[in-house]
Amino acid sequence: MASPAAPSGAISLSNPGLAAGMRTSLPVIVAVLPFGLLYGALAAQQGLSPFDAALMSATIFGGASQMVGIELFGKQISPWWIVLSIFAVNFRHVLYSATLGRRIRHWPAGQKALGFFFLTDAQFAEAERLAEAGKPVGFAWYMGLSLPIYLTWVAESYLGAAFGKLIGDTHAIGIDFLLPIYFLGLVMEFHKRPLWLPVVAASAAASILAYWTVGSPWHVSLGALAGVALAAAMPPKPITSEPPVGGDVP
Amino acid sequence: MSETHWIILGGAILTYLTRAGGHLVLSRFDRLHPRVAAALDAVPAAVLTTLVAPAAASAGPPELGALAVAGLVFMRFGLLISFLAGAVALALFRTVLG
Repeated sequence: MASPAAPSGAISLSNPGLAAGMRTSLPVIVAVLPFGLLYGALAAQQGLSPFDAALMSATIFGGASQMVGIELFGKQISPWWIVLSIFAVNFRHVLYSATLGRRIRHWPAGQKALGFFFLTDAQFAEAERLAEAGKPVGFAWYMGLSLPIYLTWVAESYLGAAFGKLIGDTHAIGIDFLLPIYFLGLVMEFHKRPLWLPVVAASAAASILAYWTVGSPWHVSLGALAGVALAAAMPPKPITSEPPVGGDVP
Repeated sequence: MSETHWIILGGAILTYLTRAGGHLVLSRFDRLHPRVAAALDAVPAAVLTTLVAPAAASAGPPELGALAVAGLVFMRFGLLISFLAGAVALALFRTVLG
């Protein structure tokens, strides 16, 4: 090798890098902020210590599944059933993983193994947005996005459990409906993709139907499968559209 | 370890398997069939929609109003402003209508 100064396996600083990732994490942190506190407060109500509430956040790192998990704590429910429920809520990540895998083929195996640990809805959506803008999804960018969200989530879980009683009327300030508002924006971010409207319509109809019949959390996987199956069933089109250039947030 | 810790550990392991599993399965194939590629392209809209639609279907006027505001603001101002506008609208509508 001609350049001994370049250590193999070093974090690649290809554009966009760590700082850009951290900037991208800011709106995610704002959207997630109330939920970390709310989760911690609910966990404390179910008898979890602040340490255990933070431990669950640090190891599972999936808000909705943690909410479902603590909801079942303390009831006369088998531990296996609680674990299975957490798995069911998080099953959508299989699709994220398969999709993101195409963007990070160039990462070394160790980076991939670490990166998948942080793969939540926001990380996935932001990585897809970046790829859609024709930019490489680098490890430094991804960690710049993930680590602030992760650390905020874990810290808030502890604080929420320790000081949860100080949180006032969560309904009046709308905490319980902030995530659907945020996810609506993320859905609209992908409106330039082929078949966007039919996919959204199919997933919306199927998830609502499943929510009313099969029940939560299966409506997520069933609704997603409907949209994905529709896209797979449509006649494949050659990719002609050129990716948009530059930042796509006006 | 208490029962709580076993539940957390089990949940964490299975969650990691979902996050790594999709890639581990797909990476065994060198080429993706166009239909598989089309399916993967649809994943963001398909999954994220399921996190909105049932919540909207069982919501009241304040929540639907907030979603409408967020959707309209998105067209002009993008993700962050749209989220903030929706959050403010929700608190407002719930105070006025609730």
